Amino acid sequence: MAKLNVEQLRKRRAEWRRESEARGDAAKRTRILVGLGTCGIAAGARAAWDAMADELAKAGVKDAELRRTGCMGLCYSEPTVEVQTPGLAPTIYGDVTPDLARRIVREHIVGRQPLTEHVYARPAPDSLAPPRPARPAAGAAAAPGPAAPAASGQLRIVLRNCGIIDPENIDEYIARDGYAALEKALFQMTPEQVVEELRKSGLRGRGGAGFPTWRKWTFTRDVKADVKYVICNADEGDPGAYMDRSTLEGDPHSILEAMAIAGRTVGAGQGYVYIRAEYPLAIQRLETAIAQARAYGLLGRDILGSGFDFDVELRLGAGAFVCGEETALIASIEGQRGMPIPRPPFPAVRGLWRKPTVINNVETLANIPVILLRGGEWFGGIGTATSKGTKVFALTGKTARSGLVEVPMGMTLRQIVYDIGGGIMGGRAFKAVQTGGPSGGVIPAAHLDTPIDYESLQSLGSIMGSGGMIVMDEDDCMVDVNRFYLEFTVDESCGKCAPCRIGGRSLYNLLAKIARGQGTGDALDQLREIGHAMQKASLCGLGQSAPNPVLSALRYFPDEYRAHIADRRCPAGKCKDLVVYYILPEKCVGCGLCARRCPASCIAGEKRQPHTIDRARCIKCGECYDVCKFEAVSRT
Amino acid sequence: MNGFKIQINGIDLEVEPGTTILKAAERVNVRIPRLCYHPDLPAWAACGICVVKVEGAPKMLRACATPVGPGMKIVTHDPEIYRVRKNVIELILSTHPNDCLQCPRNGNCELQKLAADFGIRDVAFEHRVAEIPPDESTESLILNPSKCVKCGRCAIVCQQMQNVWALEFVGRGENMRIAPTADVTLNDSPCIKCGQCSAHCPVGAIYEKSHAQPVWKALESPDLHPVAQIAPAVRVAIGEAFGFEPGTVLTGKTYAALRRLGFKAVFDTNFAADLTIMEEATEFVQRFAHGKGVLPLITSCCPAWVDYLEKYYVDLIPHFSTAKSPHAMCGAMAKTYFAKKMGLDPKKIFMVSVMPCTAKKFEITRSKEMFSTGMQDVDVSITTRELSRMIKASGLDFANLPDEDADSILGAYSGAGVIFGATGGVMEAALRTAHHLITRKELDDVNFTAVRGLQGIKEATIEIAGKPIRVAVAHWMANIEIVLNRVREALKAGTEPPYHFIEVMACRGGCVGGGGQPYGADDEVRSKRAAGIYQDDASSAKRCSHQNPYIQKLYMEFLGAPLSHKAHELLHTAYRARPRYRF
Repeated sequence: MAKLNVEQLRKRRAEWRRESEARGDAAKRTRILVGLGTCGIAAGARAAWDAMADELAKAGVKDAELRRTGCMGLCYSEPTVEVQTPGLAPTIYGDVTPDLARRIVREHIVGRQPLTEHVYARPAPDSLAPPRPARPAAGAAAAPGPAAPAASGQLRIVLRNCGIIDPENIDEYIARDGYAALEKALFQMTPEQVVEELRKSGLRGRGGAGFPTWRKWTFTRDVKADVKYVICNADEGDPGAYMDRSTLEGDPHSILEAMAIAGRTVGAGQGYVYIRAEYPLAIQRLETAIAQARAYGLLGRDILGSGFDFDVELRLGAGAFVCGEETALIASIEGQRGMPIPRPPFPAVRGLWRKPTVINNVETLANIPVILLRGGEWFGGIGTATSKGTKVFALTGKTARSGLVEVPMGMTLRQIVYDIGGGIMGGRAFKAVQTGGPSGGVIPAAHLDTPIDYESLQSLGSIMGSGGMIVMDEDDCMVDVNRFYLEFTVDESCGKCAPCRIGGRSLYNLLAKIARGQGTGDALDQLREIGHAMQKASLCGLGQSAPNPVLSALRYFPDEYRAHIADRRCPAGKCKDLVVYYILPEKCVGCGLCARRCPASCIAGEKRQPHTIDRARCIKCGECYDVCKFEAVSRT
Repeated sequence: MNGFKIQINGIDLEVEPGTTILKAAERVNVRIPRLCYHPDLPAWAACGICVVKVEGAPKMLRACATPVGPGMKIVTHDPEIYRVRKNVIELILSTHPNDCLQCPRNGNCELQKLAADFGIRDVAFEHRVAEIPPDESTESLILNPSKCVKCGRCAIVCQQMQNVWALEFVGRGENMRIAPTADVTLNDSPCIKCGQCSAHCPVGAIYEKSHAQPVWKALESPDLHPVAQIAPAVRVAIGEAFGFEPGTVLTGKTYAALRRLGFKAVFDTNFAADLTIMEEATEFVQRFAHGKGVLPLITSCCPAWVDYLEKYYVDLIPHFSTAKSPHAMCGAMAKTYFAKKMGLDPKKIFMVSVMPCTAKKFEITRSKEMFSTGMQDVDVSITTRELSRMIKASGLDFANLPDEDADSILGAYSGAGVIFGATGGVMEAALRTAHHLITRKELDDVNFTAVRGLQGIKEATIEIAGKPIRVAVAHWMANIEIVLNRVREALKAGTEPPYHFIEVMACRGGCVGGGGQPYGADDEVRSKRAAGIYQDDASSAKRCSHQNPYIQKLYMEFLGAPLSHKAHELLHTAYRARPRYRF
């Protein structure tokens, strides 16, 4: 492939735009998109792909094209497949087993009868699609399937291409305005104008702290230095967070394009993507994307004939959570142990190899091409007064519909949890939602109507963080959940600073004691004192935020803590040492199901007579409680 | 550049840009509590005790690492800051053993002092101490990870100041500890035993391996004839343990103390330093003026440096002076010349070196040349810190001891001998005698001030008999690489090496800043100690080694001439490659 100049790039974009517009009901041929992100693959997308390919061959369908794409956002229904076939509305299928895959080929593609009961609604409209009059679709495809969400209010800016393009095909990216923003930054805008658009957009860092991106870029731009760097922080590591992985797997070029724009703006010629080695698919797609961009002359020397040189290399992290902290990340790239150092000086002024360095997180970067193309004012029109644009969340936990969701800032937690997530799994009661992963806090039902932005989450004792959002129900115990997250942060602490290294472990040990019913009267004071010291005196964000879950739980669920300490009782029935399982004789019909399922064989009783649990042998696994159909098993 | 106007605790002041909050606060009479910070080192910012509030900053900031900015408004103490600091100290104490009574740092521990200052009276949080066995693999140092507060000073000293990289952070979270790189023992690591880790450790986590007990045993033994020598740098530092200002010259009181402890003869390493100069200056003149041997000549009296060169600069071995270090020469002379003169059985002489140094403990058995008398030339080497404890344990009122003289044999020294204790001193002493050897004339002014002072690398060109001698003096190991790489490059390129003579000392400031010196050294203390050394030199009747009549007598009666066969046998050593790691 030869390197492109601007005209050639535009020509290619036009060609491929025609090509990709020839899809859906206007298409001449059938196109099947299989969501081949890591999660899709883990759920069996490759088997679905193979079954489809086999069935297409068997059915003699020759013009159908089987293509890979990234995450469609419907995590709860992976594997997901989108079928575009002439004359029928594009249809998304979820939970596509190999059997279902074969049926889709036979019934939808060949038989032209969509399988209504397996259809899922698109989580958000294509934000790049030109507005066009709605056409009534043939067949029943337009009717939502059983698990489809109602109008979700999602808006996909960051994830604009995920689940739509083939991430390994640069032309598909180009067709959807890919590298048009770079073109603009190179030929139509001065670096000052780029910064000005970012300022107008109000874009703030999506990695956690929410620092205005335009200011970061300005700092680096203003420093005189022979060499500067751009780093994409792709060291996503919170438990339950996969926003950045999905973005990279589904749309790697958007990051490369944004990095090149950053390089152009601040005067850097080299970029690094720092990505954890545990993301092999994202790494492979980035490598493919870098090779393609270099071949097209969109990275490397003299990009598009502009005279601007910029290249990107990958640096793989070994999985330490703390390496997501920017100074530790820089140390890691330099080949040193990943430990944070005090700021200032900030990396923007003195970063990698002591040179000015812009570090932006994946999601932050993914916004930038769109901002340049549609204008800062457009972006600034989305969201709240202080927080603009959208935010991607990995909605997990007890939600009925886990998913990768992107919503405008200002949407309430309730909308996300209930409208998008479909409420609580199994119809149980909502208890709290934790934002910001292990660094965030729990937010109780009373604050569900809080509009999401940086400041409001902070005022609730949580943080935006990178976007993990874990929903908890009445069966979750705050002590237990807090302990779970602390176990993570304690394990991931680099050990450099005393407040985090020792305080985190002390907090954890206190929680473990409380969960065992050995908490003492001063335990809550100790938790608060240690938590306060960690927040104030830890060196980096990891330690400063590690006590957030505990401190917020003490704020919103103090009674639950007190029950563990004063009454030696776990109200949620989660802390094993405090739970006693017993059978209510008046309710037990003696069916024997619990006895058969008990792994410890500690339930006995005559047929059709009330059974009893031998408490001495009970391992408190809760199996009997879960399986009893008569609510005869109880616990305290 | 103009200063910044800032406000600390409501007081307006103007400070230089780049000043840290910690330093700026001293201007308003606030010494912010701290643990990990050390003035020798870049702020590591680990402990979290020096936190302060800065208006507009959402978090508390570390005073040690935060430079002031224009208009900054700082609060260095309030009840909340006090609470945070106290909680952090209590957290640190919760993982620290409570055995202060048995600790080598009892009474001069920085953590103990913080606990006292904050009035800590009980164990606030669950007490748990990681039980990790101490590393006692070297003769110089003991690393006791159980006591470590992970302030990072030792590792940063080892890596950045000494460029040795023997200590590293291992593990993470609460399992993070400081250990020899690759988790081998210190003895199997690149450690050069300079002991700067122990001099910088705020607590008792890394400290000299004490050899006071064998000394007490020897003093108790009726069969032995215990003798002692004190190194140049000891006399200007030992007083710090007894309330004297750093740099107070206490030679006579130290001699007196040693005699009262029971040593039967008291020597001075300064005498042996004069002897070293006779050998080394002759070696230099042989190479410089007579073309016998390669240039530059590199000094070798620092045992930590010798260990380093055997690990990292094997290619330059032909450039190293073969002269032993002064105390090793003193040991060899004590068991030959002195024994013969006094009619003593050399086997009964028990030679104790009192040194500012932990590497000397390793040096005394480092190679077969250290057994040149047919037995171990120096039996035990103790540090300044160990001697001061022995003096205290004996109840000697050090400050009021009379000033005594050393024994005349192996005791009288010139000013050139004493300046060995400061960086540049060996070079200066050698130049004084080299000048004499080349010109056969005495200098009008013996002061070569260009090689004095705490600058890490000092270069000068000195003219002797119309020929320029290019010299370099490097101290604190990280600077040595810079100098020696210049030599390596020239040798590789086949061009004239940039220097004729190089002095190397492993410790910052030379021996005055040695790893075995009293705790609390920083550049100010090191300067004062060095000033004491130069004061001793200036007040000496003889300023050059070759003028020392007892040296002349020693050569006349016993050794013959410098570099004689006998001198080679007893006063010179050899170097061989050593592995950096042994697995």
